[in-house]
Amino acid sequence: MSTEFLQAVADSNQWWALGPELTVACGALALLVLEILVPKKDLRFVPHLAVLTLLSTLIVVALNFDQTFGGEALFGGLIKLSAPGQVARVFFLLSSLLVCFLATICLPRARAPRVEFYHIVLVVTAALMLLAQANHFVMFFVALETVTIGFYILVSYYRERALSLEAGLKYLVLGALSSAILLFGIVLLYGAVGRVEQGGIVHTGFEYGTVLAFLRENPGNFLATAGALLVLGGVAFKIGAFPFQIWVPDVYQGAPTPVTAFLAVSSKAAGFAVLLTLVLNVFAPLQAVLVPVLSLLAGATIIFGNLSALTQRNTKRLMGLSGVAHAGYLLLGVIAAFTVPWAAGAVWFYLFTYLLASMAVFGVMAYVAGPDDRAEELDDYAQLAKDRPFLGGVLAVGVGSLAGIPPLAGFMGKLLLFVAAFQAQLYGLLVVAVGGVVVSIFYYFGWIRAAWFEIWTPPAPGAAPAPRPSPTALPFIGVVTLAALVLATVLLGFYPQPLAGWLLAR
Amino acid sequence: MLSNAQFLQLAIATPLGAALIIACGLPKRFAVKLAAVAFTLPALIALWLWSQFPAENAHQYSFLSTTYTGLADFGISLKLGLNGIALPMFLLAALVGAAAGFYALRSGAERLKLYLLLLLIMHGGLLGVFASVDIFFFYFFHELALIPTFIMVGVWGGRDRHYAAMKLTIYLTAGAMLSLLGLIALYVKSGANSFDLIELTDAIAAGGLDVRAQNWVGGLLLLGFGTLVSLWPLHTWAPLGYGAAPSSAAMLHAGVLKKFGLYGLIQIALPLLPIGMQHWAWKLALLAAFGNVLVVGFVTLAQRDLKQMLGYSSVMHMGYCFLGIACYSVIGSGGVVLLMVAHGLSVALLFLLATSVHHRTHSFDLAEMGGLAQKTPVLAAFFVAATMASIGLPGFANFPGELTVFVALWKFSPGLTAVAVAGVVISAVYGLRAAARIFFGPASEQLQRVHARHPPTDLDWREKLPALILLAALLFFGFYPKAISQPVDQALGHSAATQALFAPMKTR
Repeated sequence: MSTEFLQAVADSNQWWALGPELTVACGALALLVLEILVPKKDLRFVPHLAVLTLLSTLIVVALNFDQTFGGEALFGGLIKLSAPGQVARVFFLLSSLLVCFLATICLPRARAPRVEFYHIVLVVTAALMLLAQANHFVMFFVALETVTIGFYILVSYYRERALSLEAGLKYLVLGALSSAILLFGIVLLYGAVGRVEQGGIVHTGFEYGTVLAFLRENPGNFLATAGALLVLGGVAFKIGAFPFQIWVPDVYQGAPTPVTAFLAVSSKAAGFAVLLTLVLNVFAPLQAVLVPVLSLLAGATIIFGNLSALTQRNTKRLMGLSGVAHAGYLLLGVIAAFTVPWAAGAVWFYLFTYLLASMAVFGVMAYVAGPDDRAEELDDYAQLAKDRPFLGGVLAVGVGSLAGIPPLAGFMGKLLLFVAAFQAQLYGLLVVAVGGVVVSIFYYFGWIRAAWFEIWTPPAPGAAPAPRPSPTALPFIGVVTLAALVLATVLLGFYPQPLAGWLLAR
Repeated sequence: MLSNAQFLQLAIATPLGAALIIACGLPKRFAVKLAAVAFTLPALIALWLWSQFPAENAHQYSFLSTTYTGLADFGISLKLGLNGIALPMFLLAALVGAAAGFYALRSGAERLKLYLLLLLIMHGGLLGVFASVDIFFFYFFHELALIPTFIMVGVWGGRDRHYAAMKLTIYLTAGAMLSLLGLIALYVKSGANSFDLIELTDAIAAGGLDVRAQNWVGGLLLLGFGTLVSLWPLHTWAPLGYGAAPSSAAMLHAGVLKKFGLYGLIQIALPLLPIGMQHWAWKLALLAAFGNVLVVGFVTLAQRDLKQMLGYSSVMHMGYCFLGIACYSVIGSGGVVLLMVAHGLSVALLFLLATSVHHRTHSFDLAEMGGLAQKTPVLAAFFVAATMASIGLPGFANFPGELTVFVALWKFSPGLTAVAVAGVVISAVYGLRAAARIFFGPASEQLQRVHARHPPTDLDWREKLPALILLAALLFFGFYPKAISQPVDQALGHSAATQALFAPMKTR
């Protein structure tokens, strides 16, 4: 390597570009330092510190939204800021904020250690944001592995619970498998592309741009195509798409509720952020191969997710399997994005509405679950609307939005995706998706029914009526957060301008 | 002073705004008063707009206003207005909404605040459906009105309410999704890049859709709207749902919301997809004549439960509406609009009175009744009048509606007209038999026992007022159908685009 090359790399190190990631990561480290320095009984402020870090970063990112350093590749081609990347940053910060909120409900109840949880959440958030800015397969893989390893720990965070440990193990084994598949794909791409020397600067098959240029010239290259498919397989694991969805229900059920929410929202969104970047900017010349493969995946994902969610009585499994179906609808948008440019914006719009609705539902789940976190069956929701009308209302809006019922935001998300798919002429998939939506009404409405129509009966008839588990008190901050989520869901349904104008205009 | 367009906006915003205020935790006392205002105001505005409506210009939208909600890039904006077809439906929604609302105010339902809240949302949605020029919002408001129905059936419903709510939800969501797909197909295929019905019409009149697209989009819309209007054999949700629904919800759904599909077919499908609709005309007519009118007619005859019978009879009457649409003529479609208004008023009145009967007999079973006319003569008079209206006796609004549809149908197929007229006989049999069983003859033993404990009282004002509103409207439109038919004719016949599209049908 020549000195000029190294000089050029050094010149492209724009540390300000990574400001948000660095801030969040420093916040994570600061938490660890504080744990050593501050006596244990004074560690109450840890959640506040984590929330503060995320909130201030969120504000800074939002204020500097258009600062993308001219779309240049930075750090010697590792990182490239872009408008979708900025959207992803906002998304992940918002999602992590809400995960921290959920953790403040669940962790004290389970008497689980506090500091490590927020530390890992912050680290994972930083890695998620890096993932969305990656412009290089090594960067991509490192960021993805940081996220995944963080999740291995988080999923089995309730160390004394068998279900949580089982979930952690399952996630570990299958996650490692998917990482291996992904890595194999990257290596194949690297091998197929090789090294390209251009004006004294060496480019390798790790760089997105180089791979794109190579595929443009050799769209039929078998090795590269196989590599691309394997990479997409690894990403499909993240989003829980068929046939890599089998881990979803068990892991969702075993994981602590905040982690389930984190998995359902951030992990899935990370998969789609990566998928959109890869499909539109790197593998675009492989459209002829990718569209049929992705269509098959999308159709199978929708069908599997909806049918398997039909019989679930456990709300976490229900959220997991219905989340698989949501991944299928979102894949529809990704496929449409090949021919309809604004479809990528529609995918992000859908993800934001999914975030709002899911977090509202997970919030209700956290409050309903009771002191030992066990009350998560549909039967435990009986009479919720009567006993705790506020939570019943939040649940109805959240679940309704997930089901895509107008006038809630989830409907606008589905509508935009469907219009995009129509313009991309994906008629067959549309039929499958609409069928899936109708099926989903059954289980989503079943949940609302459980909360609104049923009357609670003690589990064992004849036995002395056991007292219902005492509900977790609803603090003021919980009311405000949930009300804000619900309000945003309803308002975006009536007036989507704030989000749509921001996401779809670019 | 507000302009008429602003009045139209106000009519839709009032119930929704009142619902929002109640949701924020208004005390019950004030909530009831606010709801009373919110049910009254739209009806007054609808009457005012009706008086202001320029009938000679009915093919164009009056009182237009546009609000942008952020999807202008997709051609979606909240565009409100009324034309000759929308006006009678809007009036119907406002009147039935007021009647159902007044009835609910004093119904003493459990958790009354929530009940009124949902009913207000439903009412706002219904008014929005018929005032929307933008077909996206046309669908949007329909769903807005539909969701409260499911919850009301599930929470306040009668027998089998859980099963009924579930079945209602799945059928109606499936129907709504199919029609949404059809509407999106229209939007994409027309090339107008707009959901605005005026722009869509212009784009399609200029370019036109090819026959294949017309056929499948038309089929999609028919299937979707058909499910929502209970086209045989997709009707099974209706009697079950209406049987279980609380009275105000049943009044609004059977009376108004169900007309969404028919209105969509007349306002959107017929003018935009003339060839596609013609392609399906015979299939639709056969299903409607033999399925809705004959089969369901006989099923209705066999019903012993008053509410189930009303549910089936409303499915049966939808058959006439489908037949009118299948005719593809100005007369046929105009007759359907008349019939929709008449049926909406009469079925709402019947559901209201059925609940009043239930309060006095503690049963819906026709075998457990009898002799109520001596104790409650006013109720009996109302009920018999409503039954007469529903059968189509001259003097009530249903008569001109059915007559017009039959006249149009004769041109389409005399054979089917015979089937349809036979249906009138069937409906006369079950209608009169029900009235006779409830009000005349000796009281059953069960009823005597009930009456020994709860002596029946005649209709009180909380029941009379809504019933009077509906009955007065039925009589008014029965004696003066021109009030509706003139703007409808104008809208259907004089629109240049529609005329061009209907022309091939006329020469045939």
